[in-house]
Amino acid sequence: MSKLLSPAGSEVLFMGNEAIARGALEAGVNVATGYPGTPSSEVIESLGAVANARNLYVEWSTNEKVALEVAAAASFAGLRAMCVMKQNGVNVASDFLLHLTGSGTRGGIVLVTCEDPGALSSVNEGESRYFARMLEIPLLEPANFQEAKDLTRWAFELSEKIKNIVVLRSVTRMSHASGNVICGKLPTKSRRAYFVYDGSIMDQERGPVIGTPVVAKHYLQQEKLKKAAALFEKSPFNNYRGPKKPELLLITSSACFLYSQEAISMLGLQKRVGLLKLGCTWPLPSKLLKKHLSSTRKILIVEEVLPFLEENVKVLAAGILKEIGIKTFYGKMDETLPSAGELNSDLVAAALSKILKVKYQSLPASYQQEIKKIIPLVPLREQTFCPGCPHRASFWSIHNAIQLDGREGIVCGDIGCYALAALFPSCGFNTVRTLHSMGSGTGIASGFAKLGAFGFAKPVIAVCGDSTFYHAAIPALINAQHNRADITFIVLDNSGTAMTGFQPHPGLTISAAGDAIPAVEIAGICEAIGAKVAISDPFDLDKTCKILNAFMEETGSLKVLILQQECALSPEKKDKKQFLMKVDEELCRGDNCGCNRLCTRIFRCPALVWDRAKKKAVIDDVICAGCGVCYSICPQKAIVRTEAIK
Amino acid sequence: MKHRVSNTKLHSKVYRGGKKEATQSYSTIRRGADDAGNKGRRRKAAWLKDPMNVIITGVGGQGNVLASRVLAGMLVNAGFYVTIGETFGMSQRGGSVMSHLRISQKSIMSPQIPLGQADIIIALEPVEALRVLIKYGNPKVAVLANSRVVYPIGVITGELNYPSLNEIKNVLQKTAARSWLIDATEAAVALGNPVLSNVVIIGALAAVNLLPIDRKAFVKEIAKNMAADKQKNNLAAFAAGFQLIQ
Repeated sequence: MSKLLSPAGSEVLFMGNEAIARGALEAGVNVATGYPGTPSSEVIESLGAVANARNLYVEWSTNEKVALEVAAAASFAGLRAMCVMKQNGVNVASDFLLHLTGSGTRGGIVLVTCEDPGALSSVNEGESRYFARMLEIPLLEPANFQEAKDLTRWAFELSEKIKNIVVLRSVTRMSHASGNVICGKLPTKSRRAYFVYDGSIMDQERGPVIGTPVVAKHYLQQEKLKKAAALFEKSPFNNYRGPKKPELLLITSSACFLYSQEAISMLGLQKRVGLLKLGCTWPLPSKLLKKHLSSTRKILIVEEVLPFLEENVKVLAAGILKEIGIKTFYGKMDETLPSAGELNSDLVAAALSKILKVKYQSLPASYQQEIKKIIPLVPLREQTFCPGCPHRASFWSIHNAIQLDGREGIVCGDIGCYALAALFPSCGFNTVRTLHSMGSGTGIASGFAKLGAFGFAKPVIAVCGDSTFYHAAIPALINAQHNRADITFIVLDNSGTAMTGFQPHPGLTISAAGDAIPAVEIAGICEAIGAKVAISDPFDLDKTCKILNAFMEETGSLKVLILQQECALSPEKKDKKQFLMKVDEELCRGDNCGCNRLCTRIFRCPALVWDRAKKKAVIDDVICAGCGVCYSICPQKAIVRTEAIK
Repeated sequence: MKHRVSNTKLHSKVYRGGKKEATQSYSTIRRGADDAGNKGRRRKAAWLKDPMNVIITGVGGQGNVLASRVLAGMLVNAGFYVTIGETFGMSQRGGSVMSHLRISQKSIMSPQIPLGQADIIIALEPVEALRVLIKYGNPKVAVLANSRVVYPIGVITGELNYPSLNEIKNVLQKTAARSWLIDATEAAVALGNPVLSNVVIIGALAAVNLLPIDRKAFVKEIAKNMAADKQKNNLAAFAAGFQLIQ
């Protein structure tokens, strides 16, 4: 039985994302949609695994905007729906979200955003809490794993009470952390879809679902927000622990609550610092805050990433200044806490010790000395493509084709594991020059290709993963074709959304629930647009390079090269070697070879290492994935491969 | 000269650093109702320290996450609050990875261990043990590390140096109260799959007697979460790890 379906009352170790999924199940969610993105993916993944058992519809949608639209339809039909994404996914969904908040919703609907302070697995540190304020909808932030479940469950009730969508925000250290959770009851009855649309335009229950008349509906939306604020005043998810009149009031939310709690106890400040934890962060429960702001003169606000809470509390305090008196605020704005990156207990403890002038006992000086001696011994471990990764081979060919072409062609990067080629340039053989949001590489390439009239004459290449292709590259590709942008568009097709854990996408024949569904072929779409399409195996370095060179020479049209090779970590491939690799010591000329250690210095596969004693290359069998690509790169043919016995 | 480590006598042998011997015995305490109103449950405690801070480190792809989940699962079954903090996604591609486990009889903790406060460091790769020691080490820390090297790209390209196993042993002796360096990968390869190194290390962890885990607890935990055909291999790996310490 799935852990997610544990019986009521049982205590289970849940990842934050599993706790959110369980909360949705306890709320009787009917439809759950999303687009994969770290740290959010496990919510939909774990719901997909129980979809058939619980009679849910779970979908990996093409992108976040579509995911929210699919979920909204369920809400309009009176069902409970959830839509899950990472922080920047909210940007993608935001156009529809703006209009959805205007029309209002029916069945409970929750937008879950899992954000990544410190960008541990992102190329941005985006904050979507501001969307809640900007679009005037409630925002909830769980502060531990139990709350991740309980608050998700309550979010559906809140949404139905106010007839609008509710945002639940998690962070990496909540979503990808795990802790004990006591399970609640799973409902036994499921709802029936029932869409009514023949009432008056102002009747949210029975009329058409539409945001007009805009001003009248906008007033209605603001009334809903006031209703949420009133509910927040009494919510058990906002609570206070500490003395009646604390020397310092610490206001926090989300994982920062756990850091704050630990920092207070590390410094032994339980009797001096009051800890106000808010689970409901927009709109602010103003009466509750007024009560606590009145109890002290010093206030520290601890949050990730931007000073959202800090700004809002300050605005609130300014309005009631006469009643609460003058306060000193500490937080990100005065640089008591860092204004970027993620927080932790140490950073909060440092802030507390600075404000209250208390010392935190550190390690003995002699031990610190010993530790300092270790630092120069430890080599940096740079991220890189895995052994057997198709991207290493693809970029090898892209690099070689650009060199052969001789016009200093540029590559526009995109989002996926292959972004490593931009983040660590030598990992992509110094080819990738831009990296932004999903699908942007194609749009940017389309733009570069139109700069010929201004003297820009380099060949332009865009790389794009298979999942990214469907998500946001297609409009840019149509743009390139229609506007005659001369680009070579390369799809790095590794058969899945690899970086986030192999979630299926429209190019595969499997649904989020594991059922068979038809695939939409990338080649077919590109041909229909009118592009010239070629397909190659990136492990075939010669063929791939030749096609690329031919494409770069051919001007005046859109060219698409689809490089198909499954990810080395895919369940089908993992731990299965196609080849057994070996370096022939007789043939390897080591440092005496003119190649200048091409295999280890440039190719950079973790399994192809340099034996410093023998001064020759050697394969580490434990690490080697057996892809066989290095066989093709050695000018001496010293790397030999034999077909592995299966 | 820092060269590639092969399976010589030096590494296949168990190395025991430090002076103190493990002298804990398991006792059982009864926990009262906590702040959340949970009723008291029987919890086993082998120590007085609360929380117990454990870091499992390694290189992406070594099975760090599985090791932390299995260990945490055993401890939750035994009645503890366990908080795990980990990172995955792109952060794990070839890079250093780390899971933080906080084991408590009182409450959930922050998913990040404060600097200098690790009680046990478990490393699936030796230099990663040192990397974690720099940030989280203290005079009382215990270190259990795999001796099998995974070279960083910078070492492969020749730009960086990798310390010798002797240098690593010296560091452990000076900075950890107790340490064990074992060739878990060799034991896993002998069982047919190097990826089992993580479970070998968990077996060794049970043998060093720092946490209330044993073979029985391991069997119970993998029976819940692992396909039946995989359980046999994992049990063998656990036993092999236990043997490396005995």
